[in-house]
Amino acid sequence: MKVNPAGDCIWEIPPSEKAGMLVPARIYASETLLGQMDQGVFEQVTNVACLPGIVRAALCMPDGHWGYGFPIGGVAAFRADTGVISPGGIGFDINCGMRLLRTHLTEDDVRPRLAELVEALFRAVPCGVGARGFVRLTASAFRDVMREGAGWCVRHGYGWPEDLECTEGHGCLPGADPEHVSERALERGLQQLGTLGSGNHYLEIQVARPDGIHDAKVAGVLGVERPGQIFVMLHCGSRGFGHQVGTDYLRTFDAAMRRHGITVRDRELACAPFRSAEGQAYFAAMNAAANTAFANRQVITHRVREVMSAVFAKDPHELGLSVVYDVCHNTAKLERHRVDGEVLDLVVHRKGATRAFGPGMPDVPAVYRAVGQPVIIGGSMETGSALLVGTAHAMAETFGSTAHGAGRTMSRHQAKRRVWGTKLLEDMAGRGIVVRAASKSGVAEEAGFAYKDLRAVVDVLDRIGISHKVVSFTPIGNIKG
Amino acid sequence: MGRYHFVEGIALADCAIDVEGADLPDLFETAALALADVMVDPATVPTTTRRTITLDAAELDLLLYDWLSELIFRKDRDAEVYTRAKVAIDGGGPFRLVADVEGGVLDPARTELRSDAKAVTFHQFALERAHGGWRARIVIDI
Repeated sequence: MKVNPAGDCIWEIPPSEKAGMLVPARIYASETLLGQMDQGVFEQVTNVACLPGIVRAALCMPDGHWGYGFPIGGVAAFRADTGVISPGGIGFDINCGMRLLRTHLTEDDVRPRLAELVEALFRAVPCGVGARGFVRLTASAFRDVMREGAGWCVRHGYGWPEDLECTEGHGCLPGADPEHVSERALERGLQQLGTLGSGNHYLEIQVARPDGIHDAKVAGVLGVERPGQIFVMLHCGSRGFGHQVGTDYLRTFDAAMRRHGITVRDRELACAPFRSAEGQAYFAAMNAAANTAFANRQVITHRVREVMSAVFAKDPHELGLSVVYDVCHNTAKLERHRVDGEVLDLVVHRKGATRAFGPGMPDVPAVYRAVGQPVIIGGSMETGSALLVGTAHAMAETFGSTAHGAGRTMSRHQAKRRVWGTKLLEDMAGRGIVVRAASKSGVAEEAGFAYKDLRAVVDVLDRIGISHKVVSFTPIGNIKG
Repeated sequence: MGRYHFVEGIALADCAIDVEGADLPDLFETAALALADVMVDPATVPTTTRRTITLDAAELDLLLYDWLSELIFRKDRDAEVYTRAKVAIDGGGPFRLVADVEGGVLDPARTELRSDAKAVTFHQFALERAHGGWRARIVIDI
C-alpha cells in the first residue's frame, strides 16, 4: 500500500490503493512514529475511507495503532444527511475521556503524604474487574443520569456548578434518550457510577515542573500558576453501561446493514444511515452513555475532593481543587464544519481521538476562548502526560480533532513478558512514583515501554499545528485498575 | 477440553484469542474459560455459584458472540466470573445454547484480578470448522 508524503508530518494513501475508497486516508506522524504504526493502522484507516457519506479524508492521529474497526486515533466525518454512524468508529467505551483537576498544592506539600494520599484514593475510588461504586441509584435515577450527565451529580451534591462550565458540552450531550437503552445496559451499569475500570484507565497525581512549561502565558490562562504545582488527572469512561450499549447496537447494525444495502470491509465497521431509525436510536443511546461517563468522572472528582480534603485537613475550595477541563475520546458528535467551501452538518467520529476546537469557538468555555479548548493527552504512568490547546488550523485540517494519548507499540502480553508487575512497581517507587493497583499484571501491561514516546506525539501535533503544547506533567502517584 | 492461545499483534490495546474445540460445545466451553483467563486467574476463583444460561441465535457465530457477551454482562451485573461451563447446543438454525456454569463472586481479597473485558468485538471474528473440529478467533475489547 502506497503511503505518500503530503506535507510536513502528513502522509496520504490515495483512493486508488483500495477498491471502494471514497476519499484518501490521511495520517499525521513523523517518520519515526509512522514506522512504529502497525500494518493494521493502514488497513483500518483505508477501510474507514470506504464508508458511505465520508467527507474529505479518513484521518489517523500520530498516536494511532491497530484497533478494532477504526484504528485507535481514528477520526472520520460523515454527512448527516446521507452518511452513516458506526459504533465501531466510537468504541465500546463510549466517552472514555480525560479530566484534569488543578490544586493550590505543590510537590513539596504533597511528597511527605504521597503514600497516604495514594492509598486513600485507591480505597475511595473502586477500580479493577467487578468493582462497584458508592452511589446507590434506582433505575429511574439512573435514567436521569443518562439524560443529565454531570449536571445530575452537581444537583445531588457530587460537584460544583463551575465544574460543568469546564466540561466538554457542559457534561451533557444533547439527544440522550433512555428509551433507546436496553434493560440489560441499565442493569449492567447501575452499580458502577464512580468506578475507574481497568486497562489503561487511571487516576494520577502529577506535577507541573518548571521545565515542563512550554507556553507560560497560555499555561497561566489554564490555571498552571506556580512551580511544582500539583494536578490530578483521571482517565475513565462509561463503564459496563456504555460497553453494553455498544454491544447491543453492534448486533442491531450487523443485521440492519443488509436492510440498508450496506457492505463493509470489516464486520466491526457495522453501520447504518445516521438518519435511519437504527442510526437515530443508537445516537440517542450513545449520548446517554456519554452522559453517564461525564457523571462517572464527576463522581470520582467528588471522591478526590473528599480524600484530599481529609488528607490535607483543608476544605476542597481552599485546596483549589477545580476542574481545568474534561474532554471526550470516544464519541460521534453532530458538528458543523466547512468542507471544500461548503458548510456541512457532519457526524464526526473520534475513536481514541480528542476534540481540539480552536480559539473563538462558542463551544470553548468563555474562560479559555481566547486561547482554545484545553486538550488533555494521557501518557503512560511512567512517562507523564500533557496539556495542549486546540487551534484554528485543527478546525480546517482535522474537523477540530487531535490525538488522545501516546499510543501503544506492543501488545499487553508482550509487555507482561518483558516485566513483572511487582518489579515494575518497585522500580517506579525507586523513581518517586507511588502506584496502587487492583491488578499486578495490569501494571505490567501499562509499562511505559509499551507506549510510543509521548513527547514525540505532542511535538508532531504542535508542529502540524492541530494543537499547541502548553504543559508536560510528571507523574508521582497513580491508582490503576 | 479444547485449547486456546492469545494472539500477538492484533488490536494492540485489546486481546485476541484463537480457540479450538473438538466439537461445538467444547469450543464454547473453552472460549468461556479463555475469557475468564483474561479477567482473572481462574485458579483463584472459588466455586461457590452455579447458574444455568439459555440463549438463542439465528447463526452459530452469533450464538458464540452472545454467549461470551452474556458472560461479560454477568461479570458487571452480578460481579460473577465462571471458570467452568458445560454447554449443549441444539438446532439447525436458529440455534439454542443451554449452559451450566460454575464460578464465584469476584472478591479482590481472594481473586487475582487481570483485565476488565468490556465487550466482544466483530473484528476478525470467526467461527469455522477445522481439522475435524471447530476453531474461532475472538478479539475482546479491554
